[in-house]
Amino acid sequence: MDITDNKENMTEAPVLLSVRGLVKSFDGKTVLDGIDLDVRQGEVVVIVGPSGCGKSTLLRCINALEPIQGGEVLLDGQKIEKDGKNLTAIRQKIGMVFQSYDLFPHLTVLDNITLAPQKVQKRPRREAEEEAISLLKRVGLEGKAGSYPRELSGGQKQRVAIVRALILHPEVMLFDEVTAALDPEMVREVLDVILQLARQGRTMLIVTHEMQFARAIADRVIFLDEGHVLEDLPPERFFTEPGTERAKNFLHMFEFEAVR
Amino acid sequence: MDWTVIAEYMPLFREAAFLTVRLGLTGIAIAIAVGIACAVVLYYRIPVLKTLVSFYIELSRNTPLLVQLFFIYYGLPKIGISTNPVFCGISGLAFLGGSYMCEAFRSGLEAIPPIQSESAESLGMSRLQVMRYVIFPQALSISVPALMANVIFLMKETSIFSAVSIMDLMFTAKDLIGLYYRTTESLFLLVVFYLIILLPISILGSLLERRLRYAGFGA
Ligand SMILES: Nc1ncnc2c1ncn2[C@@H]1O[C@H](COP(=O)(O)OP(=O)(O)O)[C@@H](O)[C@H]1O
Ligand SMILES: [Mg+2]
Repeated sequence: MDITDNKENMTEAPVLLSVRGLVKSFDGKTVLDGIDLDVRQGEVVVIVGPSGCGKSTLLRCINALEPIQGGEVLLDGQKIEKDGKNLTAIRQKIGMVFQSYDLFPHLTVLDNITLAPQKVQKRPRREAEEEAISLLKRVGLEGKAGSYPRELSGGQKQRVAIVRALILHPEVMLFDEVTAALDPEMVREVLDVILQLARQGRTMLIVTHEMQFARAIADRVIFLDEGHVLEDLPPERFFTEPGTERAKNFLHMFEFEAVR
Repeated sequence: MDWTVIAEYMPLFREAAFLTVRLGLTGIAIAIAVGIACAVVLYYRIPVLKTLVSFYIELSRNTPLLVQLFFIYYGLPKIGISTNPVFCGISGLAFLGGSYMCEAFRSGLEAIPPIQSESAESLGMSRLQVMRYVIFPQALSISVPALMANVIFLMKETSIFSAVSIMDLMFTAKDLIGLYYRTTESLFLLVVFYLIILLPISILGSLLERRLRYAGFGA
C-alpha cells in the first residue's frame, strides 16, 4: 500500500467540509460533545477510536441522517440541516458507504447504481448506464451489472455501494467501517478501491479499524473518544507518538508482543 | 339431483357470479388503495392523520360487515345521503378491507431495515422517492401472502351482500330455494361457483408466493 505523498500544499486547499461545535445526544446521553473538524479539498481524513465512541454517529450527523442538538455542519459554506429545503441537493454532494450492506435487494447492480442519477439528478438512462458500466469496470465488476445483490460476495457488494455513491459525482465521500463486516480475504479488494480514489485526489472522511490502511491513506488521523476529538495529527505522528494516554492505549490494542 | 334443473339455473348463477366478481374486485381494489394510504400514514407516524387512521382501523375491524352494510344502506339515507345496493356493497367491502389491507402493508413496510431508507436518502432521494422506488417495492413483496389471504377473505365476505338485496350468488341461491324448494341443486351451484371464483385466486396466490420466495429478497 504505497501512496505518493503529494499533500504538501494541503494547508492551502480550501475547506470543503466544516464541522463546528457539533453536539449530538440520544435521549439526554451526549455522544458527541462539541466536535470541530475541517476537511480540505482533496484531503483524506481517517477517524479512529474505540467502539461506541460515536464515529458512525458523526458521519450520520454530517449527512443529516441524525438531528443534531448543537453546532453546525457546512459543506462549501452551505449549512446541512435535517429539514433544510436544499437537503437533497447537498446530499448528492456527499457520498456515503455504510458498514452493513445496503444495496437495494430488489434491483440489479446496474439499477442500484442508476436509480439516483435518473430520479434525483434527472439524467437520461443511457448516459447513467454508460457511466455506471465504466465505473464498474474501474472496480473490476463490469460483469456483474445484471446480477442481483444476493448473488454478490460482501466485498463485491461494498464495491457496488461505492460506485453507487460515486456516480452522483460527490465532492466528499464518507466511509463508515466499510470492511468491518467482510471476511478477511475480501477486505483488500475494497480498500484498494478506496486507495485508488485517494490517488485521484478525492476528499474523503474514513472511519476504519484497519490501522495499516489508515496509516497508508490518511493525510490526518482524528482520534475520537468520550465525545471529543482527542488527537488530530498526521499519520506518522499519530501512530508513533500520539499525544494522549487514551490514544496510546487504543493503539496498543492493535499490537502484539512476542510471546517468547 | 336433477341436472335439467341445474342447466336451467346455470345462467342465473352465471349472472350472479359476474356481479359478485365485479363488486368484489372493485371493493378489493379500493380496499388496497385505502390500505396502502393508511399504512404509509402509520409508517411515517403523520400527526393527526395517524390518529384518524387508528380510529378507522379499530372501527372497521371490530364491527361485522353486515353491520357496516346496514349502516351504509339504511343509515346514510337517514342523514340525506342516497345510496343504492351496488354502491353500498362496494363501499362496505372497501371499508372492511381497507383495515385488513393496511395491516398487510404495514407489516411489510416495518420489515424493511432502516438502513434501506437511510442509504436511499443519502443518495439525495426525497421521502416520496425513497418510498416509491426503494421501500414500497420491497414491502409489497413481503406483503403478498397476507394480501392474497385478504383478497380471498374479502371475496368470501361478498356473500353477505344479499342482505342489502344485491343479486349475488347467495341471493340467487336463497331466492331459488325459497321460491321452488330446489335446495340441492341451488346449493350445489352455489358451491361450484364460489369455487370457480376463489380457486384461481388461491392458485395465483401460491404461485406469486413461490416466485417471491425464490426471488429471495434480502441481503
Ligand atoms: N439510534 C440510537 N439511539 C440511541 N443511542 C444510540 C443510537 N445510535 C448510537 N447510539 C449510541 O451512541 C454511541 C455511539 O455510537 P456509534 O456512533 O455507533 O459508535 P461507533 O461507530 O464509534 O462504534 C453508542 O454509545 C451508541 O450506543
Ligand atoms: Mg460504527
